[in-house]
Parts: sequence; structure tokens; C-alpha cells
Amino acid sequence: MPEQRLVLANCGIIDPSDIDTYLDRGGFKALEKARSAMTPEEVIRAVKASGLKGRGGAGFDCGLKWELARRAEGEEKFLICNADEGEVGTFKDRFILENDPFTLIEGIAIAAHAIGARRAYVYLRAEYHHLLDLLLGAIGQTREKGFLELVDVEVCEGAGAYICGEESALMNSIEGRRGEARFRPPFPTATGLWGCPTIINNVETLMNLPPIIAKGPEWFASMGTAQSKGTKVFSVSGDVARAGVFELVMGSRLEELVVDLCGAGEVKMVQVGGAGGNIVPAEMIDTPLSFETVLGSGGITVFDESRCVIDIVHRNLEFFADESCGKCTPCREGTEAMVEILGRLNRGDGVERDLDSLEDLSEVMMLSSLCGLGQGAAVPVQDSLLHFRHEYEERIEKSLFLRTFHVDGPS
Amino acid sequence: MPSRDREELLSALKQAQAEHTHLSRKVMMEISRSLEIPLGEVFGVATFYSFLSSGPRGRNTIMICKSVPCYLKNSEMIIETVADEIGIGVGETTADGRFSFELTNCIGACDSAPAMLVNGEVRGDLTPKRISQVLKSYR
Repeated sequence: MPEQRLVLANCGIIDPSDIDTYLDRGGFKALEKARSAMTPEEVIRAVKASGLKGRGGAGFDCGLKWELARRAEGEEKFLICNADEGEVGTFKDRFILENDPFTLIEGIAIAAHAIGARRAYVYLRAEYHHLLDLLLGAIGQTREKGFLELVDVEVCEGAGAYICGEESALMNSIEGRRGEARFRPPFPTATGLWGCPTIINNVETLMNLPPIIAKGPEWFASMGTAQSKGTKVFSVSGDVARAGVFELVMGSRLEELVVDLCGAGEVKMVQVGGAGGNIVPAEMIDTPLSFETVLGSGGITVFDESRCVIDIVHRNLEFFADESCGKCTPCREGTEAMVEILGRLNRGDGVERDLDSLEDLSEVMMLSSLCGLGQGAAVPVQDSLLHFRHEYEERIEKSLFLRTFHVDGPS
Repeated sequence: MPSRDREELLSALKQAQAEHTHLSRKVMMEISRSLEIPLGEVFGVATFYSFLSSGPRGRNTIMICKSVPCYLKNSEMIIETVADEIGIGVGETTADGRFSFELTNCIGACDSAPAMLVNGEVRGDLTPKRISQVLKSYR
């Protein structure tokens, strides 16, 4: 299946610093339709009927989430656009912000109308500070044209913390606190930013709204698989000839993306969804990309035959140990313990029971971490043990043999 | 509704860092007083975020991406080259205060790996030769 540009329809075509080029392409028509011809409930029904699910990685039903916030009691409600794209290997939202901030702002205005929010925040990661002026310019132009009279859009910059892409930590950060995850329930739809009902949607999720409203939910739902409608934007990097951003209909095969479009050769494995994403070995490269199979944030890292799986997983875990907010024990201590174990396996100091320890830790972290960081950290460990256990075992066997040559004998 | 008294803290810290290059204890105490937030909490927030620094920093901050996509494109060579060029190790600041040198996690520039941020600007597709050119442009 070739690329299909729905979310990226205007990227490379409009001038991101000039709203008129967006208006010439029918920009803000969907917002006008949503406001003048549809009640908020009708907008929510349309989004529910489209089957749109969150594109940030968790894949929660967007319309259902909105309905919960719409119905929640509270005088003030907030919408937050999550532009804290920190998942390793993910740069699709950066590409969107660079090329088409206007569709995003239109999507924000539609979502605010649907849930009844008069104030919206764009939480932009500190690493994307270089995009701030462009984004503020686009918001300013949209305001001047009169499209933001019903909703005030403000940009809130992060300060360097992967965890703030997690919705409850993100809200703490906007409130001026340490970006630590919160216990749930209560969920943000009932008790979110400053205790008010809040919707947090990823950049790409909001980008889907103008086309859904303009062309109708049936059109959107006609694309994709049973549980995954529409398209997905992927960012591909690593051992490929052509790294970049690509948009495919949900259910497209991983091979089409990494081999046909990106020119990967001698693939050993592909990690789908960033550092906490599933590891797909080369023999499963025909796996479809969807919520039913593998997807995550859409960050895809390709590894060729020259790469060592233990080294890669060790680096993934160093990332999580660095970025764990420290609030819950399974994640704070689990990631550190995994770095220690994977480090010694990688150095050639491993022992057989290390693999059991990794499995035990993975299970505990999956079951009891407070948020997706600690849960996700265990994914590459489990997947690599599932698909590449022989590499771990060979490394241990070799290490044990080599250690018999130590002057002091076996350790 | 919970109080919104902390709303200004993060932006106040960032602004103070931009003015003083880092957040000294004195700066944090001033913020604590003016926003009426306990010093411990100001310190807690200031030390949570990696882009905020409680230690002195140089005029220019180099942050090299150490995450996997850049690692696959030999970021370790980039780290060594920068260290050689400016004569300091990771976590240090040059004696003349020109550069601070740090490593950071994924900066979302994986399509131009290996990449780094210098004062927040992305510098990608790095080679030893290019690093030398890039660093010359910072005084």
C-alpha cells in the first residue's frame, strides 16, 4: 500500500508561517461546520463513529474520552494538546508542527468546542523550543482571523523530562510541579488540570479532526482494520537508507514501511513505538501495523544484522532509568536493577539466573508501575527474551567459559 | 478548585536561568520569596527537569543526543570529537566559560542522526569536520 496523506495532507504544500495558504486549501472550514452546523454532542458522536483512537501511544477511544469530559461536572474544562514528543525515535509531531501548525490549531478548536473548554494548552517539549516562534505565529494569525474567539490557546513549554509526555505528569508540570505521575482514578476527564475535567490529546490525534468533520466519520472509518481506523504517521530511523516521516493506512505491513519505503536491508529486528515499544524480529516483518498488533507512538527504529540485541535493550533501559520520575518503587528501582543486570550481561559478566531476574522484574513492573513508563520499560526486555533468548544464553555461556581463564578461577 | 499558586514557578525558573545561566541557591531563594513557595519545593522542581541547572553553566550549552537512533549513527564518535575539540568531559564547563557539555535523551532529530542541540538549536548529520565548523560559530 503506498503512502496515504490524510494527517500530512498539507505538509510541504502550505507555508506554515502564512495562514492564507492554509485558508486557500479549505482551512478552518471544518471548524466552521462544527460550530455552526453541529452541536458539541454531534461532534462527539461523529468522532465516536469514526473510531478515532489516541495516536500518542495508548490508543484510547477519542470520542469516548471526550464524552466523559463533556459529561463531567465542572464550570471550567481544559483541553491540552500533548506536544511533548519524547518517545525515543519519534519525530512525527515535530514534522507536523514544522509543516502544518494550522490544521493542529483547527483540531484544537474543534476539540475545545466538543468538550466545552474555553482554554487550551499546547504543552511543547523543551527540546522543540526551536519550533516555538512558528507555533506562536500560527496561533497569533489564527486569532487575528477570528477563529479563536471561543477558545484561548496558550503554549506551555516543558523543561526537559520524558515523563511529562505521560498525561498526569504533564498536568503536574503545567501546574508548576515536579513532573511526577499521579495515581488514577480519578482520571483527568473528571479531575485533571487544577482539579477540573481535562482532555489530553496527542498532536496527531487532533490533526485527524478537521478531515473527520469535513469528510464525515464513514469516510474515515472505511480506512484501516476492525479496531484501527484511519491512517498512522510513522517516523523511521536507524539502519535505513531513507529515514523520515511516512503516513500509511492502518494495517499496512511493517515491511512496506521499513523495506519498501525506507530501504532497510539485512534487517535483524525493528522496534515499534520507541524505547518501550515491541521488538519485532526480521522473520515477523510482515506484521501489520495496527492497535491489534504493534503500533505505539509510531516511532520506528530499524536494526540490521550487525547490532547486538543485549546492547540495544541495555541502552533502552538506561533511558528509562534516567527518565523515571521516581515516584513509584517498581519503576524507580526496577529500571535501575535492569540496567545493572543488562550491563553485566553486555560486559560478559552475566550468569544464568540473570535471565530469570529479568523476567521476574519485568512482570512486577508491568503489573505494578504507576504509569506507562515503568510498564513500557519492561516491553523490550520481555520481547528480546522471547525472540532472542538464544543470544542472551550464548553470551552467558561464552562469558562463563572465558571467565574460567581468570587467574582466580571461575567467579 | 486546587490553588493555582504554582503556575508561575516553572516559567520563573526558566527565566531566571536565562538571566543567570544557572539556578543558584540565592536565585532559588529569591523565587521562593517572591512566589511564596517553600524553598524545598522550588529546589524540588528546579532539580527535576534536565534543562534546568543548579550548577554554573557556560555561555553556550552543548547537548548531544545519546539515545538509540543517534547511537546507531555513531554518536559516541561525536561525543569524543566534541570532548577533544573543547577539551572538557561530559558534565563540565570550559575554564573560559564558553561551553558547557552535556548528554541528553532523544531530541526528536533522529532523521538527521547523529544530532545535538547547541543553545536549543538542532545541529544534525554531524561528522567530525562539521562539528569543528559548528563550534567555531559560538563565542
